Amino acid sequence: MAESKSEPTATRAAYGAALVELGEKYDNVVALDADLAVSTQSMKFGKAYPDRFFNCGAAEAGMMSMACGLAATGKVPYASTFAIFATGRSYDQIRLGIAHNELKVRIGASHGGVSLGEDGASHQMIEDIALMRAMPKMQVVVPADYNQAYRAVMDSYEDERLAGPMYLRFGRPATPAVYDAVPDTLGDGVDVLREGRDISIFACGHMVWRALEAAETLKREDGIEAEVVNVAVIKPLAGEPVLESLAKTGVAVTAEEHRVVGGLADAIREVAAEEHPVPIFAHGMGDEFGVSGTGEACMEHFGLTASGIADTAREALLKKPIVSHAPLHGS
Amino acid sequence: MHLQPVPDHAPVEGPAKHSIAELERYATVLRINCVRMLAVAKSGHLDSSLSSADVVAALYYRVLRHDPKNPSWPERDRFVLSKGHAAPIQYAALAEHGYFPHRDLMGLRKIGSHLQGHPDMNRTPGIEVSTGSLGQGLSMSVGICLALRLDGLSDTSHVFTLMSDGDIQEGESWEGAAAATHFDIPNITAIVDYNHLQTDGTTEEVMDTGDVRAKFEAFGWDSVEIDGHDMEAIVDALERSRTLDRPAAIICQTRKGRGVSLMEGRFGFHGKPPTPEQAAEALEELEARYREQSDELGSSTPPPQPAPDIEPSPDGSTDG
Repeated sequence: MAESKSEPTATRAAYGAALVELGEKYDNVVALDADLAVSTQSMKFGKAYPDRFFNCGAAEAGMMSMACGLAATGKVPYASTFAIFATGRSYDQIRLGIAHNELKVRIGASHGGVSLGEDGASHQMIEDIALMRAMPKMQVVVPADYNQAYRAVMDSYEDERLAGPMYLRFGRPATPAVYDAVPDTLGDGVDVLREGRDISIFACGHMVWRALEAAETLKREDGIEAEVVNVAVIKPLAGEPVLESLAKTGVAVTAEEHRVVGGLADAIREVAAEEHPVPIFAHGMGDEFGVSGTGEACMEHFGLTASGIADTAREALLKKPIVSHAPLHGS
Repeated sequence: MHLQPVPDHAPVEGPAKHSIAELERYATVLRINCVRMLAVAKSGHLDSSLSSADVVAALYYRVLRHDPKNPSWPERDRFVLSKGHAAPIQYAALAEHGYFPHRDLMGLRKIGSHLQGHPDMNRTPGIEVSTGSLGQGLSMSVGICLALRLDGLSDTSHVFTLMSDGDIQEGESWEGAAAATHFDIPNITAIVDYNHLQTDGTTEEVMDTGDVRAKFEAFGWDSVEIDGHDMEAIVDALERSRTLDRPAAIICQTRKGRGVSLMEGRFGFHGKPPTPEQAAEALEELEARYREQSDELGSSTPPPQPAPDIEPSPDGSTDG
């Protein structure tokens, strides 16, 4: 039923489409939204299954607690709104009602990051991954494109390994396909998309296609072979493939549409610091809030571009130890 | 107080028809349990538990359809303690009904015990959802009701949510109140234990919650206000609420620390466990009350005795 996309498509569109498929297959799937159902695309589910769709109005805290009650009574709720409200606005409700209870609730957070654009700082959530990653028991998934997003939503119900609470981050703009088709599985959530020996680029979400572009630039302009790794499951992070890549390249850049604190950068650094410490440069948002502009203009404003990633990679390479570490791991 | 008589309603089939006098004595039993638990735990919210004792006794001994041998019976009524800090009163009721051994009560708030400071659905049998952060229970209950509707159980299973005046101050409670009417939920009852005392002072001083009955009414709820220590009114209001086809609120005017004179209606006991002397005085008063109630019932049953290992020792340990 999953229809793959080859043209640029928003990851949030996959959320809506996959929800409809889940709704058809499983009676206990329910969806909630907080007056943003058209934007998050949960309205597609609402139209198909009105009895199982609950629009809670602009009341995100109540929505998360309702999701808790539904899950405690045997349903599998998908609760969606913008990332800003799906985390900051309702942190305590998620924490006690969903994470602490280890309930199978999926938070479908759309419009993550600054690519939300014109609405500006009040709506641009750039610390949600940090918040959700710090929360005990919460899994954090940031798909790279429509196709992977579709798989992530399906697996969030069907893959028993992922049964605990889950935060899924989607984006507003249409972005290029990274995967040719909807993959069969999320796997361990860490995919090497392009092999290279000189530097690892770990990216998530909207930064993955840009990282692939950065790798092409580095090859063309500098003869650098960058390895691009898509980290869709940021928590729990699969350490093995991360360490394998670091052992090969000895230096890394992380790229995320998020603060460089608490998100992908720190997740990678935590693994590396203990097992294979090498220079790891974080590319993302500094100690700053977003601004208004088109989504693409905002990305450019904060350097969240292929050329930005390439520049950070060049800086990182200056710090690469001349004698590469002998592989400490997996040898 | 703006008490209003509970309107007439159709008779209700209950699981166990304990008399009002029996329920009053059960409330004393629960209170005795709470004092003992807190005396040993040396931590917790005793006065907040005591103000809820009559409502909780009415629920567990008369109104709730529940099965201690099968806590996850799908057709059961649900009880959600939104004012999670009153956990001891619910733990007492659960233990008295055999959800877990009575001696577990003495582990309250201790490492290794399943009885956490606030209710935990994954540790303690009979807890529907974890609570403790005020304001969440009503919305959680609405979620439960929506699931029950999808399962065709709206007419069978009722959800009772016990809230505090602190809950009423939380904005999220009103999100839940609006959702209950918006989604036409017929099987929810919000009970407010309006004891007028909170951590920093009276509710009137700290953040006046005003006419809570009128507030629920404004949200489209059926809303009554009763004396929350009048067992007959409590039972009447609870039983009536399940006959209605819309959300029902029962505002219970209560006194914090009810039944223990040294703390009843007095500020300064919120979250403060009784000293050994206070506990002894409280138990003396409650056990005398229990004997009185038993005499009135024409029963010579002695008050519930503590198990040998649960007498509060001077240092609060349970080893003695």
